[in-house]
Amino acid sequence: MSNTFWLPVVTLWQRELVRFWRQKSRVLGVVASPLVFWLLIGSGSGDLGRFFAGALVLTVLFSAIFSTISIIEDRREGFLLSMLVSPASRTSMVLGKILGAATLAWIQGIIFLAFAPLAGVSIGLVEVVAVIGAVFLVSFTLTGLGFVIAWRMSSTSGFHAIMNLLLVPMWMVSGSLFPMATAHGWIKIVMWVNPLTYSISLLNGLLKLSTGAPGIGVSLLVTACFGVALLLASGAVASKKSLVSNA
Amino acid sequence: MILVENLSHQYGSRLALSNVSFEVKAGEIFGLLGPNGGGKSTLFRILSTMMVPSGGGAQVAGHDVAREPAAVRRSIGVVFQTQSLDKALTVSENLRAQGHLHGLSGPKLGERMDHVMERLGLADRRGDIVETLSGGLKRRVEIGKGLLHRPVVLLMDEASTGLDPGARRELWQYVEELRSREGVTILLTTHILDEADRCDRLVLLHQGRVVAEGAPADLRARIGGDVVVLKPAETAAAGDLAVRVETRFALKPAVMDGEVRVEIANGHRFITEVVEAFPGLIDSVGLHKPTLEDVFVRETGASIE
Repeated sequence: MSNTFWLPVVTLWQRELVRFWRQKSRVLGVVASPLVFWLLIGSGSGDLGRFFAGALVLTVLFSAIFSTISIIEDRREGFLLSMLVSPASRTSMVLGKILGAATLAWIQGIIFLAFAPLAGVSIGLVEVVAVIGAVFLVSFTLTGLGFVIAWRMSSTSGFHAIMNLLLVPMWMVSGSLFPMATAHGWIKIVMWVNPLTYSISLLNGLLKLSTGAPGIGVSLLVTACFGVALLLASGAVASKKSLVSNA
Repeated sequence: MILVENLSHQYGSRLALSNVSFEVKAGEIFGLLGPNGGGKSTLFRILSTMMVPSGGGAQVAGHDVAREPAAVRRSIGVVFQTQSLDKALTVSENLRAQGHLHGLSGPKLGERMDHVMERLGLADRRGDIVETLSGGLKRRVEIGKGLLHRPVVLLMDEASTGLDPGARRELWQYVEELRSREGVTILLTTHILDEADRCDRLVLLHQGRVVAEGAPADLRARIGGDVVVLKPAETAAAGDLAVRVETRFALKPAVMDGEVRVEIANGHRFITEVVEAFPGLIDSVGLHKPTLEDVFVRETGASIE
């Protein structure tokens, strides 16, 4: 039983990594644009440190979107088809796909992290390990979010609309561009309920870049809960009976 | 081995399958023949557990497709019309991943992979990235994936689409061997007549209904004798010619694609008579033994392709 559960998980995870390795240019595409945004906004405002965590999360977000968007095509004509008619459980399928995509987002996040000294980050080895762990948690969460959205989509253009109308705005009001402390009116409330706010503040806290609310403990808790909730939601949407809804 | 009973399916308000019933016996090569949009793909999706039917039921290898999809999935191998290969992976990586999905691993999986690649002539291609393979080779890998876990039933959706005649012949050789050597039951969808003719039995699907069922030869035998096709002269309308043939010879001609088709015994004799009867009205005359296309035309008044 455990063999039939974990084998598909491992094989799907491995597949994502091998594909990624064979399309190395993807790394450049995902890391480059947040890097440019960061350098432009940070240099322009004279504060690279303030925008570092936001750009890091954007890198992870782009990677997660890129990976999960492939689900849409993959399911119609791709590897996912044979997965759907195999005895592998939906749970292992979801877990394998999310773990694989999260690992890629994580790797790209770590690459971005290498620019941290430019942002004036100076932390010890223990903190570095903690940050790397936090980046994984955020990667996992955002991949789960991408999965839940992508699974119900029948076309990639729908996903692009969601990305522009939901994911990018969500990132904008997460403390990535302006801190919660100086936010005005209802935006402040939106920031309080936005789970991404906690991802940003978790990273900011661990990188010792800013000490704005919420604190590290609360941020970690919220991000972890968000991740688990999205994993469960992914499992739920993927186990729906009819796998193809139209001709 | 496959039992389909009163199966119906609707997409919204469109009825894609209506009361379809048939049975496939163990070790048979069974065909679903019909035009695109006739219901083949819907039926294929239901049998491969990708979709739950809105009415009726189907069993594969003794398991209900809607209630026990996991058991059905263990028994079936599926060859998709669209590629289900990961193009960025090599042939053997694709097969290994497929094996893992079916719970195979280690030396046992290695053995199965070797066997399948050997049989499908892929052994020297195992390290090739799928993207770089020809259409025929990709299809073979696809079939290899379907057979890796030794399924008792193989479901193939338009498996020879996009293959050149040589590759198609090879595919069929393999399918027939598979049935005779390993006793695999094979159900395939097709709109290609040659392919349908090679099945042991088939059903003709049209607008979601079974319009005929039987062995290809029996189906063709339903049409007594020959099929004569009359192409009217430019000045004459096919409908008009059909009416004349009907009144003069007491036959039941059908009009299709601007031609008049007549089923008749001793077609060669009829040809001389009809040409003499309507001088100047007929441009050309054709005579052939009944094909499955003729059976389809007779049952539906429509053409397969």
